[in-house]
Parts: sequence; C-alpha cells; structure tokens
Amino acid sequence: MENELIKPQGLVKNANRRQFLRVGTMTVAGAGLLLIGCNDDKDIMPEGMVSLGSGDTGILNYAYALEQLEAAFYAEVLRGSYFTNASAEEKTIMGDLEKHERAHREFFKAALGTSAIGPLEFNFTAIDFNSRTSVLGAAKTFEDLGVAAYNGAGQHLESADLLLIAGKIVSVEARHAAAIRDLINPGTADFAGNDIIDANGLERTLNFTQVLTAASAFVRTKIDFSKLPS
Amino acid sequence: MCPDTNSAEDKDRFYSRRDAFRQFGDFGKKIALAAVPLSVLSSIPHIAKADTASLIGVLNFALTLEHLEYRYYEMALTSNVIASADRVIFQKIRDHELAHVKFLQEVIGNVLKGTPVAEPKFDFTAKGNFQPFSDYPTFLALAQAFEDTGVRAYKGQAANVKESDVVLTAALSIHSVEARHASMVRRLRTKKGLDTVKGWITNASIGTLPAATTPIYAGEENIMQGGVNVVNLTSLDAGAVSEAWDEPLNANQVLGIASLFLAS
Repeated sequence: MENELIKPQGLVKNANRRQFLRVGTMTVAGAGLLLIGCNDDKDIMPEGMVSLGSGDTGILNYAYALEQLEAAFYAEVLRGSYFTNASAEEKTIMGDLEKHERAHREFFKAALGTSAIGPLEFNFTAIDFNSRTSVLGAAKTFEDLGVAAYNGAGQHLESADLLLIAGKIVSVEARHAAAIRDLINPGTADFAGNDIIDANGLERTLNFTQVLTAASAFVRTKIDFSKLPS
Repeated sequence: MCPDTNSAEDKDRFYSRRDAFRQFGDFGKKIALAAVPLSVLSSIPHIAKADTASLIGVLNFALTLEHLEYRYYEMALTSNVIASADRVIFQKIRDHELAHVKFLQEVIGNVLKGTPVAEPKFDFTAKGNFQPFSDYPTFLALAQAFEDTGVRAYKGQAANVKESDVVLTAALSIHSVEARHASMVRRLRTKKGLDTVKGWITNASIGTLPAATTPIYAGEENIMQGGVNVVNLTSLDAGAVSEAWDEPLNANQVLGIASLFLAS
C-alpha cells in the first residue's frame, strides 16, 4: 500500500499526475522516482485543517510542513531590524539559511506534486524580529527541532531514495543548528551541547507528536498527522 | 538486557523493519540498545530478517572512522597544538568520537555478536606531508576534512542499515553530530582567517585545504535532487542550492580518503 504510492507506473495512470508531469517538465525533468500518487485525504478534512496523509507521502508532507515553517521564519527574519543591523557574518548566515530552507520547501512541494499539503499559516507573534536574542533563540529552536524530526522520521521511510534525500537535508540542518548555537554562545561547546546529545554521542530524536506539538506554537493551521506511520 | 541474537527468533524480531524499538529514542540512556528489555522483543511481530553480517560490516566501517577521529583529537589535545581558547571545542568533539567508538563497539560486540575492528595504526602526517600536531592551521584543516568525510560516510551507509530501525536511527543520530562538528570546525577556520568557507559546503570547493582533500568534496556541487533540478525550480543560485543538500560517499570512496592516514 505505502510502496504503491511511490511506484512510477501508478502515476502514469493518474490523470492529474500526468498533467503535473507535463506542466512540470521544464523544472521537474525525470522526477518520476520521487513523485507520489494522490490520495483523497484532503477531501474529508474539516475546513482549515490539513492532513499529512499516510506512508512516505505523509512523511514527506511532514518534512514539507517543517520546511515551510523554517522558510517562513527566515523570510520574516530578513525583513526585521535585527537583520538590517546584523554583523556581516550574521547577515551571510541568515541569508544562506533563508535560501536553504526555501530550496528545501520548494523541493518537497515539487516532489509531492498534487499530494502536497497547501501553504500553512504561521504565527510568529512570540518572536521579536528586531531583537537578536529573540531571533537567534527561535532559529536555534527551529534548527534543533528540524534535526531531531528528520532523525526520528528516518526509520519510518519505506523508500531508500527518500531516506537518502532526508539524510542529505538533515546534515545541513545540523550545520545550521551548530552555527546558530555558536552565534549565541561563541567559542563554547554549545554547538553540540549536552542538552541535545547524550552520553553515547547520539543526537536527540523526536517523534511526530513531539515535533508537531513543539511546532504548533508557531503554526495556525491545524495539522492532522494521525495517518503517519507509528 | 540485550536481545539474544543467538536465538533465531529474537534475531528476527530485533531486525524487523516495523518493530517497536522506539524506546531507543529514550534520551540519556547509558547504553540504549543494551537497555531494551526482552519483554519488548516478545511483543514485536515477526517480519523480515536482515543480514547480520552486513550490518556488522557497515558498523565496523563506521567504527574505523570513529577510531581515526578519536585518535586524531586525542593526539592533538595531548600535543598542545590547539589554541587554549579552542580546547573546549575539541575536547567536546573528542568526547563525542570516543562515545561513538564505545557505542559502536557495544552494538557490534554485545548486541550483534560480531567482532569490533581493532583500532588501526594511523599516520596523521600522511607520510610526512602534514604536521597537524605542531601546526595549528594544519590541524584545523585536517579536522575539517575528517568531519566532512564523516558526514558523507554515514550518509552513504543509511540505506545499508535500513532493515534495522535501531541501527538506522543510531546512525542518523551520529551523522547529525558529525555535521555539527563539521560546521563548527569550518567556521572556526574562517574566523581565524585561514579560509572563507562557511559552515555548509559550497559547490565542491575545498577552500584553502590541501589538494589531497579534493575527493572529500567531489560531488558536493550537485543541484539535482530526486530528478528535480532545484536551481531551475527555485531560481536560487547554484552555490546556495549545493549548500542546501549534503551528498553521500560510498564506502570505497571513504576508504580511499582514509587510507592516506593509515600507517603502512
């Protein structure tokens, strides 16, 4: 069932999918490997609520939701006065992070095709985008959360190709997290602190519920993740 | 208590793809794997049997790299090559690498009932080409090279340990720690004016690292993900897109890199 969702032959039979492939030819050449079949979950959702779906599609939507959150956050950072007045180094870092998260978000959207959840609405009122402390604190939260989320989700992916792609992204999130932590506490061991790495040298993993609960403080849209693997 | 991997039944359960080893994520357990109670094993449905030998092989490959990293930092801390203000950073990294060595030895030996590889003899001068324990910039350069290699090496093995949720999750949890190390060392080198690299890898750039490190970054310029050209998709510059995805290396590529530092 879950595997079926990512079989290319399943996509060919699907009219919407075929249309997507045609429309997307310019940018999504040969993406058949990753594109994922439609499901009808969205049709039965209460208004304003999104369902991530099940199987690998659901996990990709989960990643897409987190990347939407991060991308929206950094876009907001670039509009605030913290960024305007930031050091050259911090401007470079924030600018890079905005680009990376936007790239991740757009990639997941393209990979999911018609199975992608819509754009989420966010609530960043708790963050003061004019304050370095507030922005870096939030960035740390989001980056550490992203790493723990990917590390926790990896075992649920059926597709080895998707696992590799998740692996390619999670290490970049970890690079971000370490840099942000070093901006907050420069030159210390906090870049890989004991709060997130245990005595075995293993980084924290978080499950779907833990991650989405933590993220929910910043997300207005209700997310149904009940069909994700467990 | 460890699962009894001499028992075919327990072994099947241990390796099952959809098993219930979620308590592996229990943060702070001293030896997480060893702490999985047998009662949990009995609640796991039989599914697939993975290849124990193959898992052991992958973990021994990882253990070899962890030995290299641990020994490198331990020798550097002993030699006093590291600027005093930066010792706290490399003590932390050294501690993680030692923890990884011990963890992998535990999993290979006591859980999978295999034989952990012995620590190889290393030559961190690569036959006299580098002096990392007397020249701090050289130490930092090789540290970056080892950490970025480690990230790529673990990534390249993820699919090979996929049959065991426990081992996969452990490998991912080490992988992100190596990436944190890599980011820190890269930025430290730039802060000291030794390079202009960022915490993330831009294209396949080796920056000011020695030419021998070229294979460590080969392929990092990739902008195609899952058949999607992300530059065309986003109109972002290729450098930024290459930074946003780290690329894997296979075991042979990694061993080729590591072999420069093995004593013959």
